[in-house]
Amino acid sequence: MKFIDEYRDAGLGKKLAEHISHISKHPARLMEFCGGHTVSIMRNGLRQLLPPHIEMLSGPGCPVCVTANSDIDRMIALAQLPDVIITTFGDMIKVPGSYSNLSQARAEGADIRIVYSSQDAIKIAGENKGKSVIFIGIGFETTAPTIAATLLQAKQKNVKNFYVHCLLKLCPPVIKAVLDLGEVKLNGIIGPGHVSTITGTAPYEFIPRDYRIGFVISGFESLDILQTVSMLIEQIEKDEPAVDIAYSRGVRPEGNPMALQLMDKVFDKESADWRGIGIVPASGLKLAPEFADFDAMSAFEVKVEPVKETKGCICGEIIRGIATPHQCPLFRKVCTPENPIGPCMVSSEGSCSAYYMYGDDNG
Amino acid sequence: MCLAVPVKVIAVDGTEADVDIGGVERRVSIMLTPEVKVGDYVLLHTGYAINVIDEQRAKETLELFEEIARLDEIH
Amino acid sequence: MGKTVILAHGSGSKLSHDLVEKNLLQPLHNDLLAKLDDSAVFDVRGKLAFTTDSYVVSPIFFPGGDIGRLAVCGTVNDLSMSGAVPLYLSLALIIEEGLPLEDLDKIVNSIKVTTEEAGIQVITGDTKVVNKGSVDKIFINTAGIGLISDGVDISGSNAKAGDKIILSGSIGDHGIAVLSLREGFDFKVPVQSDCAPLNGLVADMLEASKNIHVLRDPTRGGLATTLNEIASQSDVGISIFEDKVPVHDGVRGACELLGFDPLYIANEGKTVAFVAADDAEKVLAAMKNNNYGKEAAIIGEVTESRKGKVVLKTRLGASRMIDMLTGELLPRIC
Repeated sequence: MKFIDEYRDAGLGKKLAEHISHISKHPARLMEFCGGHTVSIMRNGLRQLLPPHIEMLSGPGCPVCVTANSDIDRMIALAQLPDVIITTFGDMIKVPGSYSNLSQARAEGADIRIVYSSQDAIKIAGENKGKSVIFIGIGFETTAPTIAATLLQAKQKNVKNFYVHCLLKLCPPVIKAVLDLGEVKLNGIIGPGHVSTITGTAPYEFIPRDYRIGFVISGFESLDILQTVSMLIEQIEKDEPAVDIAYSRGVRPEGNPMALQLMDKVFDKESADWRGIGIVPASGLKLAPEFADFDAMSAFEVKVEPVKETKGCICGEIIRGIATPHQCPLFRKVCTPENPIGPCMVSSEGSCSAYYMYGDDNG
Repeated sequence: MCLAVPVKVIAVDGTEADVDIGGVERRVSIMLTPEVKVGDYVLLHTGYAINVIDEQRAKETLELFEEIARLDEIH
Repeated sequence: MGKTVILAHGSGSKLSHDLVEKNLLQPLHNDLLAKLDDSAVFDVRGKLAFTTDSYVVSPIFFPGGDIGRLAVCGTVNDLSMSGAVPLYLSLALIIEEGLPLEDLDKIVNSIKVTTEEAGIQVITGDTKVVNKGSVDKIFINTAGIGLISDGVDISGSNAKAGDKIILSGSIGDHGIAVLSLREGFDFKVPVQSDCAPLNGLVADMLEASKNIHVLRDPTRGGLATTLNEIASQSDVGISIFEDKVPVHDGVRGACELLGFDPLYIANEGKTVAFVAADDAEKVLAAMKNNNYGKEAAIIGEVTESRKGKVVLKTRLGASRMIDMLTGELLPRIC
């Protein structure tokens, strides 16, 4: 498949890995901030190809994993309202809140439908005029403009029974928050590829400037990630941290101006609650006043039980890169994909899920 | 994150387009990439094209890999 | 008769007899079935294999097949995977009132065509009609009997270190074909279900070699789940190569779009065979010569180490484990 297969070439991959071994003389600690990268690294066994002094950590790059329990509880409460249809991406269906998850709520009678696109939710609203269709808006900057576009269409078509429960979050502020926690000393960051397709490079300039850490935006195939690691190692060896784009076929320095414009029109920034990190200012999106009619939280009142965090679950520390799944007392013993305790295991891009599915027995 | 897949644009119809990957087709929105033309490749995410793939850059990246591979032979 | 199946069709009345006679007995006609006794009575000597399965697939018609064809192939294949030559099937239908008779006829015709292809007969059956909502259009159960020849001993616990693992063709076709019709998917997918009776293929394989240790069809849960089951049953390690497993473009495209892994997607016309290393090429050749094995390939082997585990060697030479399918396959955005 074009633009996929060429970047999975085994011969070139092995050569890139060898090249990295040649140029890398100093220990390096790199963090990827994108669940897609975590999965690709694990699935392709890239750690095995890199010299042991290059350490790869996973950060809070999975929008499902970083959704707070309280937000999930609210989602489930919305699902249990009469005459409500919940539409959601598949990722959210099994994520555990304090007491339940959407899948269980569906088994108990709630009308919850998985959609491929937020546009499908408008279609469902049109076919079910007597019901309220609430779309669970989860994702980062990659997904935000798509939901903005859907809301614009809903407004244009004057759809009266469509709502969005907006849980969208932004990457650059959380990268800053994790760096500010000072828990891990990083030498380089593997930058999220598709988030950057939208944002461009400007929002990340602060990283080399204020923290002296390199930031290279990466694609998702094995060659893309190896190329990114190679560029970061070059920066580290020369001690010249900078923002750079490895994923040049997918990312332009200016990002996607049309997408940014639509986001600006439809959303305002607010602080958001990130699991494992807490409240991060200006890191979430809410609907702008012009679109307030579509806001599920204003349109519906729900009562939720007090939030409960699961004992022993260290998803928060895993998201911050200070623990690996193997260090979690519940990993594999209690917490498995069939019985996920925390979101890192249930999300297909969570670290724990990736380690469980693709990890070696020994690592 | 953000599963976005390279697909080929086979028809454009206002704010929508028909795209193809491996013979699988879908109608998607090009509200975020109104400049798209038939024959372009775009990154598809949840039913929206989020970017037009820069084919020139794609080629340059592959050439870079090949060059690294050649250089390494010398080591 | 009206245009749809109604409750009276299942009540044992004249209407029932008419339905069975016209829509079932006539198309599926054979001597044993025609006797219409309470049981089919026949003479079989030897080691027998006996299996049953129920079919509840939705939608009931999909690209490349339907629930009728599936109901025959599934049971024929289960018998074949035990090394048995399939002989007879039973056919039990549970029909939701309101099912168009046209649909019933299509399904029965599929059953007829598929049994003829497989060279077997439906010799006994049952028809029930239930209230709307009690089943989803139609559920089918088939049970099958087959004969195992002398010297044939095929079982999931027979895999031995050194065995080569042969896959009869591409994976993921059935699952993606059915998925493409799911509510709200709106993808045009050029993929047909691979639903097929494999007894002919298995017969060719057994003729080529007496040293086939395991046969299994990777249905629900896909190839990954099947290999895990065998690794566990035989207490051996399994190692397979990522780039040796055939996957058609349409399946790959759909998987890329939705974030699926073809290794976990259901197949209904494929088999995986564990063959003694010396005979692997012979068996492979026999498979490629058969209509249902044209894309057969050796995809890996059985190892002494990592017992109970399945390891995938990636293109880049790294290895990772593949587990069974956990939960359902869900499309994702992340």
